[in-house]
Amino acid sequence: MNGIAIRCRGVVKRYDAVVAVDGLDLEVAAGECFGLLGPNGAGKTTTVEILEGLIAPDAGSVELLGCTWRRDGRSLRERLGIQLQETQLAEKLSVVETIRLFRSFYRRGRTADEVLALVGLEEKRNAWVRKLSGGQRQRLSLACALVSDPEVLFLDEPTSGLDPQSRRRVWDVVEASRARGGTVMLTTHYMEEAARLCDRVAIVDHGRVIALGRPAELVASLGAEHVVEFAAAAPVDLASLRRIEGVRDVVEDGGSVRLTVAEVHRAVPALLSALDRAGIDLLRLATHHATLEDVFVALTGRHLREE
Amino acid sequence: MRLDPLRQLILAKLRELAREPEALFWIFVFPVLLALALGVAFRSAAPEPLPVAVEDGPEGAAIVAALEASRDLRPEVVPHGEAAERLRTGKVALVVVPGESWTYWFDPTRPDSRLARLAVDDALQRSAGRTDPVATVDRTLTERGSRYIDFLIPGLVGMNLMGTGMWGIGFYIVNARSKRLLKRLVATPMRRWQYLLAQIGGRLVFLVLEVGALVGFASLAFGVPLRGSIAALAAMCALGGMTFAGLGLLVASRARTIEGVSGLMNLVMLPMWILSGIFFSTSRFPDVVQPLVQALPLTAVIDGLRAVMLDGAGIAAVADEMMIAGAWCALSFLLALARFRWS
Repeated sequence: MNGIAIRCRGVVKRYDAVVAVDGLDLEVAAGECFGLLGPNGAGKTTTVEILEGLIAPDAGSVELLGCTWRRDGRSLRERLGIQLQETQLAEKLSVVETIRLFRSFYRRGRTADEVLALVGLEEKRNAWVRKLSGGQRQRLSLACALVSDPEVLFLDEPTSGLDPQSRRRVWDVVEASRARGGTVMLTTHYMEEAARLCDRVAIVDHGRVIALGRPAELVASLGAEHVVEFAAAAPVDLASLRRIEGVRDVVEDGGSVRLTVAEVHRAVPALLSALDRAGIDLLRLATHHATLEDVFVALTGRHLREE
Repeated sequence: MRLDPLRQLILAKLRELAREPEALFWIFVFPVLLALALGVAFRSAAPEPLPVAVEDGPEGAAIVAALEASRDLRPEVVPHGEAAERLRTGKVALVVVPGESWTYWFDPTRPDSRLARLAVDDALQRSAGRTDPVATVDRTLTERGSRYIDFLIPGLVGMNLMGTGMWGIGFYIVNARSKRLLKRLVATPMRRWQYLLAQIGGRLVFLVLEVGALVGFASLAFGVPLRGSIAALAAMCALGGMTFAGLGLLVASRARTIEGVSGLMNLVMLPMWILSGIFFSTSRFPDVVQPLVQALPLTAVIDGLRAVMLDGAGIAAVADEMMIAGAWCALSFLLALARFRWS
């Protein structure tokens, strides 16, 4: 299927004095996996729930699969799969009972056994939800979103706090859904997850999109591929660091300094000799490939996962 | 219309309830225990003779002998100073003070005291030689269906319908809301009225079992009669169950926390516990509050149940009670549907 799966224009949502979503525009193509990336409180969940027709926006328009919630709400629900953040399913129903309950709401979709196999919960089929681990619960919640064999799958923080095995399962499901031509929209604050799964990401902060594009493009927009991070025993003159060849940006963040550089093998010796000349001891030095996290830091001066 | 979602929602509710041992205790065991305790405490036994005191004096022994002729009295001689204390603390119903003329010292606000006054006077006058101008004969009757336990059981059935209906639905819904499960459900094509209807449907299934347990127990243990038809009892119970399920939905329609809904539940149920005649007749309340008492849904349900169980009333005879309960049911369900908070 070609065309636009999700489109919203000028979406605004206020809670009293707080503006949760501040004039947001998005366009997601059918068959695309799209990520909303941002720190906690950036307005990701509110945005997704507006798209899902669960929250009415104060302003703006939302269109899904060419339909609007006002006009085609019920038929639209049949075509979506939705996972909300932090839903606790009934503790005293079994896994398969829960899936059958959700399946009954849709006219067509997958069988309970198909969905169990998709999320790898066959062995827990008859276990009560209460007995499941956090990762298993999350996979059950994903299973409930998959029973309709959805054209658009919404996942809000699907891997937050999960064990590696469960996280990999979720990734497999997303990739399988995309392989079948389905559209996926997910929110996350894990950069590596967004980089791996998403065709495009929108970085969201304070209810606005501050960057949009393919993960690789966004990283490339930093103009440098590496990040050198160090901590020193005494204050460092940041301006002098900016003059080092190949350094694109310098940010001081807490006790450490981050340099965005084109080539590590040229920047690091220059940095060390500059510190040596100033007589400053180095406490810590690390380098890594630039990631979406660095894009966020470059744009906002803050980290994504600030507790 | 697809009814499979409704069936699945009812099944889910029944499964969750059946897997909750505490809930089963409150629904099935507690009312039976309460009926047992009250039935034993208020069992109809042969009337006890009334204790009366005779103040010590020259004529004391003669008076006691005269009173002992009456089967209704248990007289004893008491030293001068102690009689007042005994009467005040309720150990005796009346004190006879011998003297120039005999004095009956009693408390007219106590029924047993007034009864003792009549029995003592009768015994003493007879022993002094009074003869009755008209000959009379006593014929006594203790009938099944007019004892306290017979009055109590329909009250307990009504109380149980109210309690399990409101708690069973109120807690279930507020719990689902606080866990964001309601929001998850409305993110599917589920029809909202089916969810609310499933709450009521689930109640009706359990109601058959809980009423059956209580009425069956009362019949076996105390011989409480069911004079009306089972159909009339079932209709009254079903309507009562739906009424309180509707009220439970309404009370739980907005609350976000268990604490919040508990307070509201008690606020709604407390007046009915007191005013609706569970344990004693509503006719004891003054006329001023009668319109309120009669308008309460629990009063209507209990009156209807008593009429069916004790008087053998058919459905037509309890039409008024059914109208009152039905009105509460319809109003609360519609209002709950309109006000309901899903997220």
